[in-house]
Amino acid sequence: MSTVTLEDIIKPENLVYKKTDLMTDKSLSYCPGCGHGTAHRITMEVLEELGLDEITIGVAPVGCSVLAYEFMNIDMTQAAHGRAPAVATGIKRVWPEKIVFTYQGDGDLAAIGTAETIHACNRGEKIVIIFVNNGIYGMTGGQMAPTTLPGMKSSTSPYGREVEMMGNPLKITELVAQLPGTYFVTRQAVHTPAAVRKAKKAIKKAFENQRDKKPGLSFVEIVSNCNSGWKMTPTDANKWMEDNMFPFYPLGDIKTDGQLLK
Amino acid sequence: MGELKLMKGNEALAEAAIRAGADAYFGYPITPQSEVIEYLMAEKPWERTGMVVLQAESEVAAINMVYGAAGAGKKVMTSSSSPGISLKQEGLSYIAGSELPCVYANVVRGGPGLGTIQPSQADYFQSTKGGGHGDYRQIVLAPASVQEMSDFVKLGFELAFKYRIAVLILSDGVIGQMMEKVELFDPIPRMTDEEITAKYPWATTGKKKGTQRRIITSLDLDSHKMEEHNHHLQEKYRIISENEVRYELIDCDDAEYIFVAYGSSARIAQKAVQLARAKGIKAGLFRLISLFPFPGKEMAALCKKGVKGWLAVEMSAGQMVEDVMLSVKGCAKVGHFGRYGGIVHSPEEVLHAMEEKIIGE
Repeated sequence: MSTVTLEDIIKPENLVYKKTDLMTDKSLSYCPGCGHGTAHRITMEVLEELGLDEITIGVAPVGCSVLAYEFMNIDMTQAAHGRAPAVATGIKRVWPEKIVFTYQGDGDLAAIGTAETIHACNRGEKIVIIFVNNGIYGMTGGQMAPTTLPGMKSSTSPYGREVEMMGNPLKITELVAQLPGTYFVTRQAVHTPAAVRKAKKAIKKAFENQRDKKPGLSFVEIVSNCNSGWKMTPTDANKWMEDNMFPFYPLGDIKTDGQLLK
Repeated sequence: MGELKLMKGNEALAEAAIRAGADAYFGYPITPQSEVIEYLMAEKPWERTGMVVLQAESEVAAINMVYGAAGAGKKVMTSSSSPGISLKQEGLSYIAGSELPCVYANVVRGGPGLGTIQPSQADYFQSTKGGGHGDYRQIVLAPASVQEMSDFVKLGFELAFKYRIAVLILSDGVIGQMMEKVELFDPIPRMTDEEITAKYPWATTGKKKGTQRRIITSLDLDSHKMEEHNHHLQEKYRIISENEVRYELIDCDDAEYIFVAYGSSARIAQKAVQLARAKGIKAGLFRLISLFPFPGKEMAALCKKGVKGWLAVEMSAGQMVEDVMLSVKGCAKVGHFGRYGGIVHSPEEVLHAMEEKIIGE
């Protein structure tokens, strides 16, 4: 038996996967097990596959993905907390031939930026919104988010979210689906290879809609984990997400081609 | 000679935006400046020049639309009045931090809070000392006529792009609402997309393969780099202070008593100079045009030529007067007079204040 060396394996004919050039070589700042890295990657892969990267401008939020522009190898603007849909509106309105998207978390999109989100959706801005919902404020250390589930613990709901005192979690994706300005609204996940494939397909459809000048905004929610904030191992966090988040935030398309699905 | 028109200050500002070749205006209605967006929507500049006009859901959204479009290299503008300008401060701080060019106007009304819809100059501190969070400045131009409401839009865009900075046209309810003759400047064509891409390499217009990507951000978690960035900003503000001071001297050659004022207060103070001269008082007017940079050196030099006293006239409880004091550094007596909360002072009360507070003692 001869020993197989690394040199024997690393050969062009053995290449089965290559990181897209649209991701930089910078190490991700996300916690191991976090879904952001995968969500970034498939978004960039879609832009590469559609050949849109040279005309795309991304808008990064405030939150864990504030540094998205460090990892996404495209032109980007970093927006104030919650304002990404307004910033994207400004860009798209003056450069209608470019592709513009925002990448936002739940605190950014569904709390402080609710007005910007609703109105960009309602105006039918020809942009893509990628909304990563992990039910918590990760960046600031695990505080309650607008999407934190009833009874769920966080550093500002240490005994669990009491709905009577703290209000209900906001299903903003269902809400924006009701607006005539949205053309495509879907909810996806990136915790299993099958889910990643589906999410990537949805993101691709969203960017195709914008490329093809479909009448309205494409909104892709990705229900994700926050093992650090939830204080679980990555595998436990994914299991918890399936058992608790998915029943409250069911996956699948909510609106396609401007039509609400039953 | 350019086209002559009788216009409101707010309308002249709006027409000037179209003529200056602006790519977009994003705004939200508020008294006393709603005519700006009303004029633009009625005028349909998207048919005239291709300029975009959009009514945003809030002043916050409007300034963030400006931020996005300015970061993508376009000539963009917004306007509001005091309470709305307060809402824009977050966006303006980001614009300062990421060094984006834009022009915006504040048609000031009385405050604080919801205040009143009548004219005021009580936003001087906010305008000249930063306004939002962080160490930053913006160029502040103070029009005293409908003519200047138009002219300063053109000048504002020139300065905004020269220095990659926000330029504030600090107007007030008088200048915004009154009608005067205005000579409109000839239209400047909007820049083409190709011109923008070539001229502004920093703008986010899509990263071509093999080129550096462009990032518009005000964030740097490395505090040493952030200090360096702040040094760079301060150096820029110093260069602006040396090169962009603007003011007008009226009857100051032999003046012993000088009114300092800007905007509509300067118009009133100019009448007070005439009233004073008629009484044999050697009075003059130092009209501020740029509030930042403040013409402090020029004021100090003039003071040494035998000025006995200064009276800062402003529709506020005394804000600009602090910069006058800092400038003349005790060379002569400095006083303040101003009505506020939406009340406009009369030339007679302004002269009376000079006699009482400065000459009398």
